[in-house]
Amino acid sequence: MTLKRTAPLVLLTAAALSMTACAESQRDDSGGSGGGSADSNVKDTFTFGAAGAPELFDPLYATDGETFRVTRQIHSGLLGIKPGTADIQPELAESWEPSDDGLSWTFNLRQGVKFSDGTDFNAEAVCYNLDRMYNQKGAGQTAAEYWTYFFGTFSDDPENSLYKSCEAKDANTAVVDITRTTSSFPTILSLASFAIQSPKALEEGDANNVKAQGEGFTYPDYSMNPVGVGPYKLASYDEANKTVNLVANENWYGEAPKTKNLVFKIIPDESTRRQELQAGSIDGYDLPNPVDWKGLKDAGNNVEIRDAFNVLYIGLNPERNPKLKDLKVRQAIAYATNRDQMVKTQLPEGAAVASQFIPPAVSGYNESIQPYAYDPEKAKQLLQEAGAEGMTLKFAFPTEVSRPYMPDPQKIHAAFTKDLQAVGIKVQEVSKPWNGGYLDDVSANGAYDAWLLGWTGDYNAADNFLGTFFSSPKTNDFHTNVLPWGQQLSDDLKKADAIVDEDERATAYQDLNQQIVEKYLPAIPVSHSPPALVVSDKVEGLVPSPLTAETFDTVTVQK
Amino acid sequence: MARFLIRRLLQMVLVVFVLSVMLFLWLRALPGGTVSAILGERATPETRAALTKALGLDEPIWVQYGKFLWRALHGDFGTSTRVLPGADALDIFLTRLPATIELSAFALVFAVALGIPLGYVAARRANSPVDSGLVILSLVGVAVPVFFLAFFLKYQFAVDHNWFPVSGRQDNLSCTRITNFFVLDGLLTRELDCSASALKHLVLPSIALGTIPFAVIFRITRASVLDVLGEDYVRTAESKGLTARVVRGRHVLRNAMLPVVTTIGLQTGLLLAGAVLTEKVFNWGGIGNALADAFQYRDYSVLQILILAAALIYVVINLLVDISYAIIDPRVRTR
Repeated sequence: MTLKRTAPLVLLTAAALSMTACAESQRDDSGGSGGGSADSNVKDTFTFGAAGAPELFDPLYATDGETFRVTRQIHSGLLGIKPGTADIQPELAESWEPSDDGLSWTFNLRQGVKFSDGTDFNAEAVCYNLDRMYNQKGAGQTAAEYWTYFFGTFSDDPENSLYKSCEAKDANTAVVDITRTTSSFPTILSLASFAIQSPKALEEGDANNVKAQGEGFTYPDYSMNPVGVGPYKLASYDEANKTVNLVANENWYGEAPKTKNLVFKIIPDESTRRQELQAGSIDGYDLPNPVDWKGLKDAGNNVEIRDAFNVLYIGLNPERNPKLKDLKVRQAIAYATNRDQMVKTQLPEGAAVASQFIPPAVSGYNESIQPYAYDPEKAKQLLQEAGAEGMTLKFAFPTEVSRPYMPDPQKIHAAFTKDLQAVGIKVQEVSKPWNGGYLDDVSANGAYDAWLLGWTGDYNAADNFLGTFFSSPKTNDFHTNVLPWGQQLSDDLKKADAIVDEDERATAYQDLNQQIVEKYLPAIPVSHSPPALVVSDKVEGLVPSPLTAETFDTVTVQK
Repeated sequence: MARFLIRRLLQMVLVVFVLSVMLFLWLRALPGGTVSAILGERATPETRAALTKALGLDEPIWVQYGKFLWRALHGDFGTSTRVLPGADALDIFLTRLPATIELSAFALVFAVALGIPLGYVAARRANSPVDSGLVILSLVGVAVPVFFLAFFLKYQFAVDHNWFPVSGRQDNLSCTRITNFFVLDGLLTRELDCSASALKHLVLPSIALGTIPFAVIFRITRASVLDVLGEDYVRTAESKGLTARVVRGRHVLRNAMLPVVTTIGLQTGLLLAGAVLTEKVFNWGGIGNALADAFQYRDYSVLQILILAAALIYVVINLLVDISYAIIDPRVRTR
């Protein structure tokens, strides 16, 4: 070898050596055994297989379930969710009461609570947070999607905002004023997005500094360094190794987490999650495919079935296909489809045929409504009466997706297509990828006569389902503005939502549910399907939540 | 040589520019889009419009492209919307790239370290049972689809027997990150357990990814050595009394290596493509995995930089192959 040829090699070696010299291990070896349980039979780490990476850790700007799963462990809201149910319970607020007109709410706060950075939680912190959300500017408004969805607008458009103001009466009392009465308030304060975070950390991390930049948003430092009130706090997000590490928050007011370290290992592929569980490298994961439930159980794992908090429906667009304007045709579709059999053969254990558009756990559910029976003869007769025999229906389903309410859209679609053809409807079958234009075609483009879609509730309020579907007749997916009762239904739903008294409101919704299914039938409710999560037989203390809002501080893992 | 290099570099710039235009148009012609992918079922006409506007997707496509090009020339490739929201697309590429290179490098080492010696042995013993056995093995290697082999290895050696990890690049050891080459980082920081864990995670994916290149390199080496063994100059070298070592090393192997080097170069390019599948199966946090995520959620910025960079890497590797040609075979230089 000549000198010339070896020179690069020498340089490389030198470079490597010099890097060695400056490459200090930054490993934190302080993590001894303190905290958690002293029981030596349990592990100090619970590892959960997550289906996706968290977007960021400031829940105000978060939009997806994988992110909220993490932020729920490190943040709390004024209101919490009672484990195992969809009902609200006190969290940072110990109690709350409305004024007589329902427009002013007084929250009595829990005392002696500290954020994970050691600063005090109090009424000022509550108002600071709510005002912060309300005062979003520019790109922050677009990024704060949940605020837009549930509160409407921001401080630059106060007329259309549900939120009005917040006042710290004293250290432990916050008074929140809103602009109209709605069943959603204060329940929406239990949503992960509206968690109360440390004002000091928000300030120092320039938390509101969201910018639109080149086809995306940039987020401030704070979004990766969250400070909240929760059983855990963020230790590190190892992006290169796709792992989120949480550690017990020593400033947490409640009982210390049973397991000190909580690790989310990001494994997008469902079968890989299953194999990791089988190999023992994770302790559990969310949304196992229903076809695997039995195999997982046989292998000794615990499949925890949540209560169904969703609805699958066949959407109908009478504007695109005028034949659908006739109630008889819509009813014929309901009678023609064998939903009972579909539920039995295709949906997991615990699924049920839907008689209305809200699941049984939601207040306002009407027990007395019977689902449309499977009756192809009646369907044929109704079609004949409506002069719609042999009608064509462009019926769509999404591909490349599995939703909790719809594990396998293609199979469900195939079953219903057969049913519809059996009563003489000509079905034009179409599909599109979920992220490849399906939702655009359903909503913005109105490109289908009928389609499969569903909804998972955010919180326990009928409005979260019915309001989402059938309000705003001009823009809703069902184009109810071309039906004679479209505006009426929308108005009635708004009226019901504004009733302050809970029992009175529930009765109003029960009536509305009956009218929607029997008189209007803008779409066909199909089923409620319970999502599950699975943990190994060594895991104890996990309480499945219908809202997929589990907190993991009660979990222990046997060695 | 200088003129040759300049011409090739200019060609490269043109290729990347044309590709960037086509890619930009194609991505935006795809059904769906970033906005629907982000909003999901919750989309309302208002939120859809607001997000479209905020992301600058409401402008004419040529304006969008002009802005993209202007920013890209200044080193700004945009911001991720889903793979790691808010992160610079270039940063995502740069943190993910080492993962793919590490995997590809180990796969290539596996392929070369096995392919060349075995190819040489097979050629020397042409038509013996050893040769036939090796040829059949290489045929199987080419024929088995990567994803099947990956699944098979994973199931056999990770799920059924707990010999190797199922997926990922490293155990959760809170290792220090410097270069994001996990094996190297462990050595640099003396966190040897980190290196060991990374190596253990590398075994199965490397074999899965390296099998096809191995088979191809084996077959080319075998054919090429056979070819050279029959050349006059080899016979001359032997008859003038050179030792077998000198004949093999200086005359046979050196001349036989030319097509092998080309093959290795081309296979390196293909490794990057094969890595998409392997990374998916082993949940490897590399380019391939990011590409799949970015595509699913229509993360334009990330897709753009990943695809452009992959193309650039491919072109550069080809250039390097040509240069190494010129070094090994002086006749090429004069052309």
